[in-house]
Amino acid sequence: MSEGRTLAEKVWDQHVVRRAEGEPDLLYIDLHLIHEVTSPQAFDGLRMAGRTVRRPDLTIATEDHNVPTRDILAPIADPVSRAQVETLRKNAAEFGIRLHPMGDDGQGIVHVIGPQLGLTQPGMTVVCGDSHTSTHGAFGALAFGIGTSEVEHVLATQTLPAYRPKTMAIEVRGELPAGVTAKDLILAIIAKIGTGGGQGHIVEYRGEAIRELSMEARMTICNMSIEAGARAGMIAPDETTFEYLRGREHAPQGAEWDAAVEYWKSLRTDDDAEFDTVVEIDAASLTPFVTWGTNPGQGLPLGASVPSPEEFADPVERAAAERALEYMGLTAGTPLREIAVDTVFLGSCTNGRIEDLRAAAEVLRGRKVVTRTLVVPGSMRVKAAAEAEGLDRVFKEAGAEWREAGCSMCLGMNPDQLAAGERSASTSNRNFEGRQGKGGRTHLVSPAVAAATAVTGRLTAPADL
Amino acid sequence: MEAFTTHTGRAVPLRRSNVDTDQIIPAVWLKQVSRTGFEKGLFAAWREDPSFVLNDPAHEGASILVAGPDFGTGSSREHAVWALQQYGFRVVIAPRFGDIFRNNATKGGLLPVVLPGEVVEEIQDLVEADPAAEITVDLGAREVRYGADGAHGFEIDDYTRWRLMEGLDDIGLTLRYADHITTYENGRQSWLPTTV
Ligand code: SF4
Repeated sequence: MSEGRTLAEKVWDQHVVRRAEGEPDLLYIDLHLIHEVTSPQAFDGLRMAGRTVRRPDLTIATEDHNVPTRDILAPIADPVSRAQVETLRKNAAEFGIRLHPMGDDGQGIVHVIGPQLGLTQPGMTVVCGDSHTSTHGAFGALAFGIGTSEVEHVLATQTLPAYRPKTMAIEVRGELPAGVTAKDLILAIIAKIGTGGGQGHIVEYRGEAIRELSMEARMTICNMSIEAGARAGMIAPDETTFEYLRGREHAPQGAEWDAAVEYWKSLRTDDDAEFDTVVEIDAASLTPFVTWGTNPGQGLPLGASVPSPEEFADPVERAAAERALEYMGLTAGTPLREIAVDTVFLGSCTNGRIEDLRAAAEVLRGRKVVTRTLVVPGSMRVKAAAEAEGLDRVFKEAGAEWREAGCSMCLGMNPDQLAAGERSASTSNRNFEGRQGKGGRTHLVSPAVAAATAVTGRLTAPADL
Repeated sequence: MEAFTTHTGRAVPLRRSNVDTDQIIPAVWLKQVSRTGFEKGLFAAWREDPSFVLNDPAHEGASILVAGPDFGTGSSREHAVWALQQYGFRVVIAPRFGDIFRNNATKGGLLPVVLPGEVVEEIQDLVEADPAAEITVDLGAREVRYGADGAHGFEIDDYTRWRLMEGLDDIGLTLRYADHITTYENGRQSWLPTTV
């Protein structure tokens, strides 16, 4: 056994409150993010047991999943959605938790606001009743999604019992070619290792191509770790991370900042540390990547064609491909570039940040969209920043709809949904059956591909225009 | 939570891989703020198809779901566990589970059992041929028994097994270590952020 530890192991060990033979470690949680969907039953549980929230000061709530992205200040029309949001407001008030309600300038998707406020920092443990909590791993935090019982556990104790997952290194060699984005990279990684490939592991993304990425691009990568089945995704903090954090509302200041940076610099995998699994990806060979099926592992380069189920040797994968083609209404052999879409969705915690909007606006500037195109910023501050740069005008002049912040068509809990049989190119993270509306068909794409697709009405990369 | 020791019941074969939690319970069902009534949303989209296996009267009253690999991937919604339990399932058998789903299941007393793909298919074949066949899931012995002489062991860590067999609430267990938590809190780095 080598002495060295991986980044994940360092952060894990730092948070062990209690360790005992034959039991899971009890881990301390530095930040607990809450939203309206997975928390009501947890607060009920607390009330029923007569318990309180141990650390409301390490907890923050926002409204995102049900938010209507039009008329955000009007009461929600759907009474069930409205009741859920009102329940969160009541719970936050009762237990003394800071909440960013709709219309508030701090409101937004839970995974967009944590980093935006500087609450997500290297070396922290971050949890949320939401699988895309893995997003926060981009800062070198250990961040993972939990269920409602665990939400209740963290509210009551600020800890979680957990077994340490195995570690996996995804080494991304070489540089990403021009026109290839973080989204293309993560879709290619998931296609390579499969939706179960990361199961039981914390993934650390490493290598030159990763170090070159901006913080927001790193968040896109870590966000989709869960789609490869991983418990969490992490990237070692570096100057890019520190620069992003410096001066943010909740970032340390003065001498505290210096001490923090000193510590953050130690958060890297030791040279002699060993990972349980190592996967290598050649960045230089990548091109824009899109999905054709109904799980995020069913993806291919945009230049490819819809595969035939016969191409899959594994009978389980073959059956899954057959079912996916039927659901998606696709014929094997059709070039992906010939697939026509009805809707383009730009947003979500994967690709709803300012850099994503800039990338799409660059493609749309001076062009017109031919499909319904929804642009939904990930938070109200992203929206304000985009408007300050005039991106909203670019979208509107192109014929796209400029909306308020929320999850929106990523999962269609609000009115933004696909109708049965409708097809989208979406910058979100899940192409599951019915994810964007019952019977809806989803192709996952990068913001640049989404924008180019809106211009032609078919899956398209900007270079094709 | 209801304790789980041994369960014997009939099984439903779900011959699909990557059954994500959006399929187990679609998002529209997540708007409820109570913990009950989710059985109606279980596999809501698929159940509209009369030929879907759960609609087969031969499998009515089954309490064990036997599914393909990567069951419960995707969203962290614990509503998926509640929906399965409230519909009447006590056990899900699959070759591989999504991590969060598996965790959620053991919190609520739904037993996730990992068996090799061949064994899962053997059980699926068995209950397809004879829907009345009974399967026994013995948590104490860590074993699934089926058919005339079919038996296969499964792995589960001692702690989770103990908790399930005793029907214990995790929060109650953790609160015994309140002193450890306070000690840890006193040693946290001063620059760590608060939300206030
Ligand atoms: S944007 Fe989509 S994936 Fe992200 S938190 Fe919202 S619903 Fe979940």
